[in-house]
Amino acid sequence: MDIGILTSALLTLFIFSFLYKDNPFYKFAEHLLVGISVGYFLVIAINTTVLPTLFLPLFKEGNLLYIIPGILGFFMFLRFFPKISWVSRISLALIIGAGAGVSIPAVIEAQIMAQMKASMLKFTSFDGIVVMTALCTTLIYFFFSKKHTGWFGAPAKVGTWFLMVFFGATFGYTVMSRISLLIGRLQFLLGDFLHIID
Amino acid sequence: MRRQLPIIVCFGFGAFMLIQFFIPKRSFIFAYENVLDWMQIIYVFTLLVGVANYIKINSKKVSDKAKGWGYNLIALLGLFSMVILGFAKGTDQGSPFLWMFNNLQVPMQSTMFSLLAFFVASAAYRGFRARTKEATILLLSAGIVMLGRVPIGEMIHSSVPDLANWILNFPSMAARRGILIGIGLGTISTSLRIILGIERTYLGRE
Repeated sequence: MDIGILTSALLTLFIFSFLYKDNPFYKFAEHLLVGISVGYFLVIAINTTVLPTLFLPLFKEGNLLYIIPGILGFFMFLRFFPKISWVSRISLALIIGAGAGVSIPAVIEAQIMAQMKASMLKFTSFDGIVVMTALCTTLIYFFFSKKHTGWFGAPAKVGTWFLMVFFGATFGYTVMSRISLLIGRLQFLLGDFLHIID
Repeated sequence: MRRQLPIIVCFGFGAFMLIQFFIPKRSFIFAYENVLDWMQIIYVFTLLVGVANYIKINSKKVSDKAKGWGYNLIALLGLFSMVILGFAKGTDQGSPFLWMFNNLQVPMQSTMFSLLAFFVASAAYRGFRARTKEATILLLSAGIVMLGRVPIGEMIHSSVPDLANWILNFPSMAARRGILIGIGLGTISTSLRIILGIERTYLGRE
């Protein structure tokens, strides 16, 4: 039997053993998964970001401007030294500030305007009326500057119903995706590993 | 100095990244692209700090022989084996790094997520009891979407899959848009608070 299939099957069974109760096999697989995932991330992060966007421009192309992010990145490690850990705030301030600045026009364009544009269906169709009613009532529900009572309370209440439809649909969708993953693992165990099914 | 300098940096970079959007000049675009690169580099370093901390905590537990230290050792072995294989043998097709990814990480990760199928069933039992009007709508919506995704739904009635798709494409999508617009407005106000130095939680307590 292929060593890869045997390893995968054993680790799959170790994790499924949690359905009985927490046990050493599950803990072994859990810790191994976290360790391997961190190692994978480290290699990918260095290969795809640190080497091409920092080391290559700095050392091969001689772009001295990249000394700045290099130093700021190094500052982050000063968090391990309590006396000078405050220096890492400068690096954090840059990514948080610049991120906030970039996000404002991006959010207006991609999240607000695009979503509003996509909701402008024809009012003559039933679907169009449903979409506009759902959107407006949901927005009214999230408007907390006015109490949800009287004439303002009714659309807010309808908004909660549409929100429940959304949460229910999302929950149903998530359940089905988890079940399809489970089916995939069972197919692997019964097919590739035990050869009981094709 | 310890608090003012980060606030000045935050304001300077935040204001520049916001203003440059309205000034389509080459010098501004050049500076904008550079700052984006810088952000990406520093962001990776912040994640590397997390990795370093993870190694530090696990190593301490192993060296102290704390309770369950064997598991911490396994985590460290997994981490270092991936790093050594990744840098020594490469990450191309057929490499030991990719073998470990495909035969250890991927099956364990998907099994871990598939475990949730069992726990989600008990969560559904608790959450889906039709005690109120809202809970009934939640139950109906989830039930129709789930039935619409499996063959038994079509066997019950041929229109069940269509109804499930309609729920996903119209009322559910519209409510989702309402939430997204709300999140967008919240993001804008929080971003402005950060740039203007009103929101300072990222500086910590000191």
